[in-house]
Amino acid sequence: MAQTEFAPWNDPEAKPLIQFKNVTKRFGAFTAIDDLTQDIYAQEFFALLGPSGCGKTTMMRMLAGFENPTEGQILLSGQNMAEVPPNKRAVNMMFQSYALFPHLSVWDNIAFGLRRARMPKPEIDARVDEMLRLTRLEKFAKRKPHQISGGQRQRVALARSLAKAPKLLLLDEPLGALDAKLRQDTQFELMDIQEKTGTTFVIVTHDQEEAMTVASRVAVMDEGRIVQVATPAEIYEAPNTVYVADFIGDVNIIEGAATPSGDGYDIAWAEGQAPFHAKTQTKLSNGQRCYLAIRPEKIGIATEKPEGADNTVQGKIIDIAYLGNLSTYHVELPGGKMIKAQTANTRRLSRRALTWEDDVWLSWTNTGSVVLDR
Amino acid sequence: MRRFSWFNATSLTLGFAFLYIPMIILIIFSFNASELVTVWAGFSTRWYGELLGNEAFLDAAWVTLQVAVMSSTIATVLGTMAATVMVRGGRFMGRTLFSGMIYAPLVMPEVITGLSLLLLFIGIGLDRGVLTIVLAHTTFSMCYVSVVVSSRLVSFDRSLEEAALDLGCSPFEAFRLVTLPIIAPAVISGWLLAFTLSLDDLVIASFTAGPSATTLPIKIFSSIRLGVSPEINALSTIMIAIVTVGVLTASIVSKRASVAQQRDEQAAARAT
Ligand SMILES: Nc1ncnc2c1ncn2[C@@H]1O[C@H](COP(=O)(O)OP(=O)(O)O)[C@@H](O)[C@H]1O
Ligand SMILES: [Mg+2]
Repeated sequence: MAQTEFAPWNDPEAKPLIQFKNVTKRFGAFTAIDDLTQDIYAQEFFALLGPSGCGKTTMMRMLAGFENPTEGQILLSGQNMAEVPPNKRAVNMMFQSYALFPHLSVWDNIAFGLRRARMPKPEIDARVDEMLRLTRLEKFAKRKPHQISGGQRQRVALARSLAKAPKLLLLDEPLGALDAKLRQDTQFELMDIQEKTGTTFVIVTHDQEEAMTVASRVAVMDEGRIVQVATPAEIYEAPNTVYVADFIGDVNIIEGAATPSGDGYDIAWAEGQAPFHAKTQTKLSNGQRCYLAIRPEKIGIATEKPEGADNTVQGKIIDIAYLGNLSTYHVELPGGKMIKAQTANTRRLSRRALTWEDDVWLSWTNTGSVVLDR
Repeated sequence: MRRFSWFNATSLTLGFAFLYIPMIILIIFSFNASELVTVWAGFSTRWYGELLGNEAFLDAAWVTLQVAVMSSTIATVLGTMAATVMVRGGRFMGRTLFSGMIYAPLVMPEVITGLSLLLLFIGIGLDRGVLTIVLAHTTFSMCYVSVVVSSRLVSFDRSLEEAALDLGCSPFEAFRLVTLPIIAPAVISGWLLAFTLSLDDLVIASFTAGPSATTLPIKIFSSIRLGVSPEINALSTIMIAIVTVGVLTASIVSKRASVAQQRDEQAAARAT
């Protein structure tokens, strides 16, 4: 994608734009954000991902200035933000509820922030028109928010937050109300805007595909903590916990006991079955309980036992989910463990060799799985 | 469709008759040509003409109007501020007590409100006149405004104000540019309510009015002790008209606003 790799988080010289330093946020006795420390760099597209109620919106609201941390500090360009009110921050937020002004037209909603900044009239006109073009809302400029559809309202909210070209833009589930096609278009538009303007984006989503598409880094959250922060590819290929592996995409988790062997471990997963082998950097003690995480698409499925495969196991097809481009086979292993294996449907359906109740062989390589200790 | 029932029709007619026949009679007799209030002698607008020549009534009308405009305006400003603090102020010490105290004048007997204000004005040596009536009316109509405005504010989406702050407004600008325009219908109907209340108040005004300033209700009340004149009928008819217009406007404004609000909320619900 990018010509030179954009990875300021690996550069010890780089100055972060946002720093969360041991931030804790409590609402009464309830801890919404729990001792969170995290740097976000300028021009990043930082995605917060996690189940509902894990504290994503709370993090955004602290960045925008609507909530103050109970403990710890938030720095923006090195400056402590504790005493800075929301209207004095070079930050704009797109609200999960849109929060469009019902008494103003679409045009005036978008112009609102520019007028507050005392921008000259011709510049406001030009900027608003540009935003309308970008979000394809030209035809609706004169309408009031209640006269347009949910998806259009979402785009107005997006245009309004983009209009001031802030240093930092916070998007709280910005594309939830859009249908799949428009959502994809808008995702690409967002990335385009990001590349053109160099704005730093923090985006909340609970759609993992969206996070994977747009983000430079993804942070997976759980109950007020960040469990893992990494590039989309890393987080998919090398999750650090079962929670992350399970949250991002589909995964098979096989629990077992580890025995060091070669450059990895043998993992005994069931009585009377050959152990699976996995290469890994993870350090485990002899006999430690661990989890083998394998993505369905990394598992081959065949009627004959494949020659020379690293790991093989026989099972029976219980169910087949046909997804158009892909098919997912649910295979029962000896002992009742269910495993999902996915193949691309390069052939027509009628010529597919595998069907229900077939005995099949599953196989994957030593590097196809990830060993996790929790 | 419900079937027509004689019982329902009769009770409806009786109820409305009970409520409105006295007023209708008054209005009819205000157009009576005769000097005698109870004898019909043909249609005439004579009493309306005489009214225009009656200095005392015109003065009283002018005072009443001044008082109503000033007191309802001040009450609207104060009542809106009180409602904002009560709904928005968050939890502070004694909040329940404060909101209870704002609404207390709603149930307080007017005689007591009037008497206590009279004692206050005498105590601080304020001469009774237009100013004291304005103050008194502001005191009791403010709580009505506050009730109307806070019931609107309760359902007001806070994130709209946050969005305004986010886009660079100071808290005051956010209130002026976003909150106020949205709650304006409630504020206007609060003003109209206060205006109407001030216009027809007799009890509190009689306690706080002085020889220099008399309101219309006081004037009417004192002149009918000397016997009802057709002139009073004409005056009362005009007041009925003004109050009716005020109340109708207030209810239309708030009805419209609640329809618009419902529509916006439904639209918002569809969005999520
Ligand atoms: N103002 C508040 N008062 C009390 N609890 C709150 C408040 N705001 C958020 N919470 C709680 O904090 C948790 C995190 O909320 P939020 O950040 O909105 O989650 P999400 O990740 O779904 O956006 C939730 O359990 C929520 O109930
Ligand atoms: Mg949220």
